[in-house]
Amino acid sequence: MEIIPVLIAWPALAAVLMPLVSDRKARGVIAYVAAGGMMALALAVFGGWLAAGGQTVALYPQSTATEYVDLAMLCGEFVLMALIIALSIRHRKYPVILLSAGQTLLVAWSEIAHPVEQSTHMRLDGLAMLLCIIAAFVGGFICIYAVGYMKAYHAHHTEYKDRSGFFFSMLFLFLAAMFGLVLSENLVWMYFFWEVTSVVSFLLIGYTRTEEAVNNSFRALWMNLLGGFGFAVGIVYMAMVHGAVQLADVVSTGAAIPVALLAFAALTKSAQLPFSSWLLGAMVAPTPSSALLHSATMVKAGVYLLIRLAPALAGTTAGVMVSFIGGFTFLAASMMAIAQNDGKKVLAFSTISNLGLIVACAGIGEEETVWAAVLLMLFHAIAKSMLFQAVGAIENSLGTRDIEAMHGLLLRLPRLTYIMGIGIAGMYLAPFGMLISKWVALRSFVDSNNYLLVVFLAYGSATTMLYWTKWLSKLVSLHHTKEEVRDKTHRDQYLSMFVHAAATLGLCLLFPLVSSRVVDPIVRTLFGSAHAVLSMNVLTTMAIMLVSVLFVPALMFVLTRSTHQDYVPIYMGGANMGDNTYFVNSYGAPQHLYLSNWYLRFEFGMRRLMRPAEMVSAGVILVMLCMIVGGAV
Amino acid sequence: MMQALGVVLYLVLAPFVGALLDGVDRKLSARMQGRQGPPLLQPFYDLAKLFSKQMLAVNSVQMLLNLSYLIFLAVAGSLLFAGEDLLMCLFMLSTADMFLVMGASSDSSPFSTLGAGREMIQIMAYEPMTLLLAVGFYLATGSFQVGDIVSQPGSAVFTMPGFLLGLMFIMAIKLRKSPFDLSTSHHAHQELVKGLTTEMAGPTLAVMNIAEYYEMTLMLGLVGLFFVNRDPASWPLAVLACLLVYFLEILWDNVSARVRWNTMLGGCWVVTLLTGGLNGLVLMLMR
Amino acid sequence: MANTKLAKSPWLLHYDGSSCNGCDIEVLACTTPKYDIERFGIINTGDPFQADILLITGGVNHQSESVIRQIYSQMPEPKVVVAVGICACTGGVFKDCYNIKGGIDTVIPVDVYVPGCAARPQAIIDGVVQALEILQQKRDAYAAQKRGRA
Repeated sequence: MEIIPVLIAWPALAAVLMPLVSDRKARGVIAYVAAGGMMALALAVFGGWLAAGGQTVALYPQSTATEYVDLAMLCGEFVLMALIIALSIRHRKYPVILLSAGQTLLVAWSEIAHPVEQSTHMRLDGLAMLLCIIAAFVGGFICIYAVGYMKAYHAHHTEYKDRSGFFFSMLFLFLAAMFGLVLSENLVWMYFFWEVTSVVSFLLIGYTRTEEAVNNSFRALWMNLLGGFGFAVGIVYMAMVHGAVQLADVVSTGAAIPVALLAFAALTKSAQLPFSSWLLGAMVAPTPSSALLHSATMVKAGVYLLIRLAPALAGTTAGVMVSFIGGFTFLAASMMAIAQNDGKKVLAFSTISNLGLIVACAGIGEEETVWAAVLLMLFHAIAKSMLFQAVGAIENSLGTRDIEAMHGLLLRLPRLTYIMGIGIAGMYLAPFGMLISKWVALRSFVDSNNYLLVVFLAYGSATTMLYWTKWLSKLVSLHHTKEEVRDKTHRDQYLSMFVHAAATLGLCLLFPLVSSRVVDPIVRTLFGSAHAVLSMNVLTTMAIMLVSVLFVPALMFVLTRSTHQDYVPIYMGGANMGDNTYFVNSYGAPQHLYLSNWYLRFEFGMRRLMRPAEMVSAGVILVMLCMIVGGAV
Repeated sequence: MMQALGVVLYLVLAPFVGALLDGVDRKLSARMQGRQGPPLLQPFYDLAKLFSKQMLAVNSVQMLLNLSYLIFLAVAGSLLFAGEDLLMCLFMLSTADMFLVMGASSDSSPFSTLGAGREMIQIMAYEPMTLLLAVGFYLATGSFQVGDIVSQPGSAVFTMPGFLLGLMFIMAIKLRKSPFDLSTSHHAHQELVKGLTTEMAGPTLAVMNIAEYYEMTLMLGLVGLFFVNRDPASWPLAVLACLLVYFLEILWDNVSARVRWNTMLGGCWVVTLLTGGLNGLVLMLMR
Repeated sequence: MANTKLAKSPWLLHYDGSSCNGCDIEVLACTTPKYDIERFGIINTGDPFQADILLITGGVNHQSESVIRQIYSQMPEPKVVVAVGICACTGGVFKDCYNIKGGIDTVIPVDVYVPGCAARPQAIIDGVVQALEILQQKRDAYAAQKRGRA
């Protein structure tokens, strides 16, 4: 387990190195090496952990070394605070200063005034390992993807200053922080990494330095800092009242106030309502950062914390709050996704919505729901990261990420379209993992007598279906246009996307294995027991279905190919010009056919739904927090 | 053994039952409109004709996607008639519908694309009810397995009448009946030509029709699920109930005009909440 | 029965070439309870892809010529064309107009001519029933051709 500090230090080293290298080629090579090394290190940790029996391993008991690290982190927190203050003053966003300074000083004061006897600082168990693997591999491939992407991005967006070195530095710094975050057992350590991810996200959102980007980045910052503030207060409360700042102690004591505060922090990190707007604003950042931070990993830190807290949330007021907010967000975000025609916005809403489902599962805190939550997290990380990358690549080739412009993309950018198709199918169709998890979630919501969540899930599934289906149907329209599109996607981008696609399909095929070997042990560690959530019979049904999905269409493809078909133009009231693209208009002149999707903007638009949704959720959180604090005092 | 028998019977008989019921529907509708109407076996003549026609197509994937629609519907129905998981059956049902939407969109023609869009709205309108329906059976009988549901001592309809009402409401969408036959039309409305089936010719349309017959049988099977219990005498009763529900759908079809999509969506969602939603809440409180 | 299955399910496509709407109204009258063409299994579809019989009213003008050609090409074999009304048969009183090309047979082959101004519903139904016989012959020929190809 000596290798764990290396796992954190390695990307951090790359982060330091990146800005120093000005040559694009050299930077690319460093990114490849750093990402490859990171994956190897993660595998090494994984191997070591398996060799040690795959049990929960407690690391770094109190020693002089950890005290130095504590001190270093404290300094680090002050550096972050100074950075935030400096940037806030420069951009005249003064209220942020209060949030940042307040929480940093609070934690510092607590550490000095209430020193706490600590047993371990880090811990390696199944859940942490899973997140490390996700971060290392999804993150690593996104970094590889970013090499080609950033080159095309700056060729396409000449108006922005090329700060690729800084960009890569932040990506790797984030990965280092993410490893630290999931491995930390000590809340103070976790808090430090938590703050680093918030600041990195803030800096990446502001990458282009346009006014919109700066405003959005500050919105993301204050919302995440608000969560961080809750985190800090939670730590101080634990230190003062319970004299312990271990995450496990929070769960085992089940102290209502810290649990609620940590859950609150997690809600902001996972962009749940009413804090969803920061994630939408974050879409101005270049796509690799959206893929890495804002869908695959950083926002997962919030749900990761909730899954850790799940046993303490079960059946409590905090649990009710969390599950309500999650379920409500699942429905509201999926409704708002319908009205979006910007590809990344749809992905952002879908991320918020899916995180909502995970949050709802964690909030219920039963074995079954946590099982579903872990699976959802895994499938979502891979599929969504792939979708973001595909949209990014499409944007670089088409010059736009408007879904309307993707009409007939299958004929223009076939490879990217297939990747999109796999990703979208993986997000909601039978028999892919997301749907199975949803199915288990529905069942466990019923079992835990939470009818409101059942209703949220029933309606949310319907709205989820609509926004994915209409996107997919846009892609598969066989529409010939005369505009030539050149696929500007680099080979390293394709490498990353192919690996993601293979992983999505592979996880689906190996589903029973993933369930029994990966998820069950995690649930067992968290709850001390795990009964089989899916009966084997269902799993065989799933396997049969999968075969039907893969083989039956393949067979039919061959069959339909061999039958003779006569091709005629599509029906346009007899006015088709013969090329399926133009028709004769009433002046006798050719007119281009334009087909638009349904967006139902008046019914489901963000303008109509966002404000009420935020008010409802903010009200619920406020009232519930007051109830929890009032009940505990 | 019983499972295999159920599946085989479903796969073999469903198209015939569906076509026969369709024939009854056309006859009854005609009589309601003061016409004589086509022969009872007209749907069979139609199918036979469609298969004998030229394979005309606008692209190479439409037939493939239609076949997928058929197969997924057959799988969904088989899950029901094999006594398997009801929730999975309903998920498969909406997956099947997806293929129909894809097939229609692949044409990239104005009418079928518009029809496909409306079909998506229709799926969105009925899906909450189907999911709640599965939950309702789970609450009432303690299992998602159809096999367990049909071996209950009493019929589910007594504990979940709301769900039956809700199902009847959304069944107008699934049977493509007025007032909800927006995406395609079995009547003479032609504002979308033939909606999402516009570019389906000959055998392709025949495949689509057979798939619809599988779907119809599946939906009526869901209705039957409300009535079947351990007592064998309940089975003929369930068949009668299915026929009655089917008659009511035909009646509703003939006395109502089609509505706009937002009326359909709002109507279905509200009715779902008031019938299935409230019934489910009561069941959960009773547990 | 096998020989009559096509004749038992003829689906109509009704197209208005340049008619004064007189014949169109009579065509629609055929679907009313009084005449009820559905008792022959006839459906008035609006879609060439699903139609067996193309029912055209009015003569062909320069606007409608390409449309007629196209929708005819979009109908799957076997198919028949019925020209309803004198304008569709020959061009009628508009025959010599500058914009009229003539009857439908100047553009596509016509199988049955139903004269009249406007054609009466009984005559239209009679024309369609005659078209069914031709449709049946074409179907047999098409099946033989398909067998020959296979």
